[in-house]
Amino acid sequence: MQFTINGQVHEADVDIRTSLLDLAREHLGLTGSKKGCDHGQCGACTMIVNGRRINSCLTLAVMHQDDDIVTIEGLGGPDALNPLQRAFVTHDAFQCGYCTPGQICSATAMIEEARMGWPSHVSERLDGDVILDNDEISERMSGNICRCAAYPNIVDAIREVAEAGA
Amino acid sequence: MREVRMDGPYRPAALGASAQGLLGRPVDRYDGAAKVSGTAGYAFEGAPEGTLYGHVVGAEIGAGRVLSVDVAAAEAMPGVVAVIHDDPRMPSGEANSEHAPKVGPADRIHHYGQPIAIVVAESQEAARAAAGAVRIDYAPSEGRFDSRAAEVEHDHKLGFLPTIRRGDLDAALAEAEVVFDERYATPVHFPAALEPHATIAWWDGDRLTVRASLQIVGAARTAIAVALDMPEAKVRVLAPYVGGGFGGKTGVGPETILAAIAARRTGRPVKIALPRRQIAYLGHHRTDTVQRLRIGCNRDGRISAIAHEGVAAQKEDRTFLEPIPFGTLPLYAGKVRHFATSLVRVDLPGTGAVRAPGEAIGTFAIECAMDELAERLGLDPIELRRRNEPETDPLSGKPFSTRRLLDCYDEGARRFGWDRRAATPGSVREGEWLIGAGMAASLRGNFTVKSEARVTLDADGRAVIETDMTDIGTGTYTILAQVAGEMLGLGVDRIDVRLGDSEMPPSAGSGGSFGAGSSASAVALACEDILAELARRMNAAPEELSLKDGVVTAGGRSTPLADLVRGKPIVASGRMGPGKESKATSQASHGAHFCEVAVNGVTGEVRVRRMLGVFDVGRVLNEKTARSQIVGGVIWGIAYALSEDGVVDVRSGRFVNPDFGEYHVAVNADVPQIECHFIEEVDDHANPAGAKAVGELGISGAGAAVANAVYNATGVRVRDFPITLDKLLPGLPPV
Repeated sequence: MQFTINGQVHEADVDIRTSLLDLAREHLGLTGSKKGCDHGQCGACTMIVNGRRINSCLTLAVMHQDDDIVTIEGLGGPDALNPLQRAFVTHDAFQCGYCTPGQICSATAMIEEARMGWPSHVSERLDGDVILDNDEISERMSGNICRCAAYPNIVDAIREVAEAGA
Repeated sequence: MREVRMDGPYRPAALGASAQGLLGRPVDRYDGAAKVSGTAGYAFEGAPEGTLYGHVVGAEIGAGRVLSVDVAAAEAMPGVVAVIHDDPRMPSGEANSEHAPKVGPADRIHHYGQPIAIVVAESQEAARAAAGAVRIDYAPSEGRFDSRAAEVEHDHKLGFLPTIRRGDLDAALAEAEVVFDERYATPVHFPAALEPHATIAWWDGDRLTVRASLQIVGAARTAIAVALDMPEAKVRVLAPYVGGGFGGKTGVGPETILAAIAARRTGRPVKIALPRRQIAYLGHHRTDTVQRLRIGCNRDGRISAIAHEGVAAQKEDRTFLEPIPFGTLPLYAGKVRHFATSLVRVDLPGTGAVRAPGEAIGTFAIECAMDELAERLGLDPIELRRRNEPETDPLSGKPFSTRRLLDCYDEGARRFGWDRRAATPGSVREGEWLIGAGMAASLRGNFTVKSEARVTLDADGRAVIETDMTDIGTGTYTILAQVAGEMLGLGVDRIDVRLGDSEMPPSAGSGGSFGAGSSASAVALACEDILAELARRMNAAPEELSLKDGVVTAGGRSTPLADLVRGKPIVASGRMGPGKESKATSQASHGAHFCEVAVNGVTGEVRVRRMLGVFDVGRVLNEKTARSQIVGGVIWGIAYALSEDGVVDVRSGRFVNPDFGEYHVAVNADVPQIECHFIEEVDDHANPAGAKAVGELGISGAGAAVANAVYNATGVRVRDFPITLDKLLPGLPPV
């Protein structure tokens, strides 16, 4: 089968039981996406598929033959960090770093969701522009667990980038 | 080798004298770019070609015996290479440097989930499917699964903290004008690091290499060698990046031993990452506790007697015991002092060190008790604490190395606006929300642990730091680079830090909040030796040297560092260990937590609105990473107070909720912005780096501050943690 990840086409002969996460990590050498729970409870495996953030541990690889898949490796390498990655470093928005690729992928798609005006549980209104303040960011990022609990710094990093791009 | 035992105060002259201005600065993490780009390699990543996948088959009963294991169906499944259940070294649980795990073949079941077999296959999917096809027959027996129903042993030899009985408690309480006596309970806590326990094991002849998620590489090497009955020198352990530990990775999990056994048997590398729910059974958890807190004092609140006693659980073959009253020992004055942790033996997975053993849960009792006592006395909670601030260690009489607790109270109260708190509980409302504020003291004992490091100044004038120390998210890479940079006059970009390899000089490892101070000291000592050699090459005395941005200046002469090295690298080692001073002084980090909560008067929902803390941690090695560690600990305290609650099914010995879906660690929306401030006083008695414990300080007392704020908001005192809605609702004031 063929998979398009970070704009590159990969060939892989995968077991039908293989998750999208395990395809990337175990077959294609893309180990940036992490496995924390394998049950969609922690968000460490978050990838961006066709523009939307998903838990890649909860979906089978064989379902994504024609999809546009983006992982942390597609956002910026260590020598070419994108603004969100840089903001995570300067705000110390991680400690052990294990949840970090998922946090960054999640935040990338989340900023787009807000731009499209999608409301959240804490939004005052269901229509109109979304302002990504601390409460909105916290709410929208609560699918990504950080056991080191860098949450306040994660909020600061995302807000800085969201505000700069607004 | 420059070796310093802490037989007296010690501070390397160059640690404060350098012109580089790097130490303590909020420098970005050395490993930051690797972590945000997903290129940092954790335990399960970077396996050699041809690595097989292992899946551990665990016991499906909590107590009893194994009658038979039938692996025929599993072995016949596609992709399966081996199913192993008969190796005499099969571990039944976690190992550490002192104890190899009990071995099998495991016919006796000590706890649910105990490893019975390991399936090895060409793919993860095949291994997992075949694990489900292993047939095990059991003879179940009655297990001791309910820690609250088991018999309590008062006379035992477990744990590092002995029973302390100073003075006649009954007489002191009988004489006291005011007697406080309450019981508190805390549940099972899981460390729940986000990276699963994982291992890759491979053999090269009779040499074993293990890449694993571990906090203490040296101890792991010893434990693996003992468990596999092989020489330590033939075991290499790698842990360059560790996805969180929180105590849960201080030992060596059975999966590491199993991977090594399976790799030997199959002749190929084997890797295992434990599924999330299995981690709870193959790793350790923090015991649940019941605690009794008794205080006798006069009407002014001056304490004459204090007793902090509790009960902790442990399985049959383990010797650790949660030191429940550890943080209370030096916290408040009082002549009569009783401290004890009693034991219940259970047939559950082992209990062990989880972030701040003792203080994390003991402070729920002592710090809520002080809040309750203050109210009974009509005193402000800070004033009660101030009146009982001891001048010397109230138990040992030793001087404190450094103790700025009163300053933490004062600065915290001022920054938080404590004077605006309404002392009467349940008296502040905002619509349907009840608002309250609480505070608590924070204390975590400071340990000094032997640590070694090697620093090489190479021909390009770059420095390389090597030690087997780990960075489990604590910031080790960064602070070691800062210490060396400060002393050698180099920017962080001119320094390479290599960690987590047992071939490198042995360090303290990460645990007990001793890692930063101990390993940074070893690096500082190595740098002192390098400075001595540089001085010799400059024909100057070491104290004449000034180093900045790769240039050495002495006596008006400036020379690039690289020229001084002249193609001949300077290699130096430092070793630091505890000594007489470590025993002669009472050492701890301190702090004060302040919390504001809103409790919904209708639903009982608790929202933490603000948390603020002021902390005394000795020298702050990196203001940014130290703050992050404290804030992380504070958030653990919030979750301990409100949501984390490991539940044991007392009928089966299974955990009801060993995953992130049902065991509720804090998520982003649970947490407000958190303020953390430091009162910095370099502690020359602690270690050459002058740094005290940080990683476990934030959690100590934080939950109690939340609980005290909830009481202040509602008038409901919950002593059985966590404070969930069902416990608040019956007592909430009328809406």
